Amino acid sequence: MKLGKFKLKGGTSLWVGGTLVGFVVLVAIFAPLIAHTDPVLDANLMNAEIPPDWEFWFGTDAQGRDIYSRIVYGSRISLTVGVVSQLLNSLIGITLGLTAGYWGGWWDDFVSGLTNMMLAIPSLIFALAIMAILGPGLSSLVIALGLTAWSYSCRLTRAQVLSLKSQGYIQAARILGYGDLRIMFTQILPNILGPLIVIATLGMGTAILAEAALSFLGLGIRPPFPSWGSMLSEARDQITTAPWLSVFPGLAIFFTVLGLNLLGDGLRDSLDPQSTTRRA
Amino acid sequence: MLSVLVRRLANVVPTLVAVIALVFLLFSVLPGSFISGMGEDGRTTIDPAVMERMRKEMGLDDPLPERFAKYIAHTATGDLGTSFRTREPVTYLIGQRVWPSVKLVFGAMFFAILIGVPLGFLAALKPGSLIDTASMVGAISGLSLSQFWLGLMLMYLFALQLKWLPSFGYGDGGIQHLILPAVALGVGPMALLARTTRAAVLDVLNADFVRTARSKGMSEPRVVKWHVMRNALVLVITTIGLQFGSLMGAAVVVEKLFAWPGVGSLLIDSVFQRDIPTVQGCILLIVTFFLVINTLVDLAYVAIDPRIRYGR
Repeated sequence: MKLGKFKLKGGTSLWVGGTLVGFVVLVAIFAPLIAHTDPVLDANLMNAEIPPDWEFWFGTDAQGRDIYSRIVYGSRISLTVGVVSQLLNSLIGITLGLTAGYWGGWWDDFVSGLTNMMLAIPSLIFALAIMAILGPGLSSLVIALGLTAWSYSCRLTRAQVLSLKSQGYIQAARILGYGDLRIMFTQILPNILGPLIVIATLGMGTAILAEAALSFLGLGIRPPFPSWGSMLSEARDQITTAPWLSVFPGLAIFFTVLGLNLLGDGLRDSLDPQSTTRRA
Repeated sequence: MLSVLVRRLANVVPTLVAVIALVFLLFSVLPGSFISGMGEDGRTTIDPAVMERMRKEMGLDDPLPERFAKYIAHTATGDLGTSFRTREPVTYLIGQRVWPSVKLVFGAMFFAILIGVPLGFLAALKPGSLIDTASMVGAISGLSLSQFWLGLMLMYLFALQLKWLPSFGYGDGGIQHLILPAVALGVGPMALLARTTRAAVLDVLNADFVRTARSKGMSEPRVVKWHVMRNALVLVITTIGLQFGSLMGAAVVVEKLFAWPGVGSLLIDSVFQRDIPTVQGCILLIVTFFLVINTLVDLAYVAIDPRIRYGR
């Protein structure tokens, strides 16, 4: 009876998460078609601080910009930060993990030391320090978040490589004269890709939350660009007079990250060999 | 117990040294020192002679290895340098902020444990029930929330609309000022604890020793109390220890939102003022605190689970 529940759960979160994420991706792609106005330029003080109505679905801010349009465009920033930073993290983590696990020796010790150090610094604090050095902006954000969260994929890759290394097909590849790098990337990597995709999916959600936090602190995306975090940072001062300014960007962040978390959970459940046997 | 501590310290000390080196190096490549910044931002004009004297005084012209050696030596003796901005010792500046931060972080963790662990426990004992589904939906939602946004919403509802609690600040240090920031900060770890506890308890409920205990006729409450809780606790405590890391990261944002006079808001203010010694000091303090917590967690394992013996 419990097995049935598990299958249902994995299925539901995969489905709901996939729908949410797919929706946000579509919004980001078709932003110019869906948005009512330009997110930065269409300021009109005649329309300042109008509560949500039929014309301005999510209301307008102090400069009279349409919050709905800004949120639509903001999805592009959040998704870019999430995807690119996770690509960077995966690249670093997978490369270090593969080589450390496969070669062992002093390189493995070095990578393990580096990973331990990364795990000892709260990643938001580390990203904040990098942002302080690089200065605000989208590219600094991607770098800061892409360099500070690779320890999870590195650890996982290393552990998987250690358990796969002695398998017959790896030995066979070695006897056939495959080079080390070729074995790592063509023989080992495809077999451990599933859990790495789960980590990257969940990491995207974390990166989007971190982007919002850093922008809120004034270290991420600076106004007037419509990042959800910087919108919240502007909205805070008007919380008494215009609370809708704070509500909608926060909801956008919430549903996007919820989608990614559900998708990650769903993927994990369906990739887990234990739950796949239960599928049928 | 002592050998565990020694083993753990052998791990912690190199990590800490590496972090000190990293923090130092990161900020010595900062483009433009504080002093040149003072002259260039147009707000202040500094006599070049004064600037030269200050650079000398602060040792900014010395070669990097020399500065690094000095930094390590000073840090080892507990001297974190002098704030560029206020010219006070960094240890003094941080010292004033530690207590509010500790209160906030532990307050948030207390809230997270108080709600998260029992919720996960109840969910696991009745898998598939309404309480299970509701708490797991709540948990994944809690993990997807932006903490400062939650704080903003709580502030709006409970402080500005209902006027039950003060909206920001530390006040006289009373509990009513702590509630909103601690709840905003604690929801994330609470959600994660609920999930971990549920998974851990489900795992233990299927273990052989639980079946044995049941088949020898032990009553269900006793099975839960003597076997399930104790074993599930190991995983729960690990999660608590690891969560302190992200909690301290998020605390920076929550402190800023609620104008809480902690280490986090000192860190942010110092970043904007380019007060590098204070920034370095704050980061070092946060990392050290996190490492200490996790060492304590390792010691707690040994106390809880007699099967765990290091080095055997």
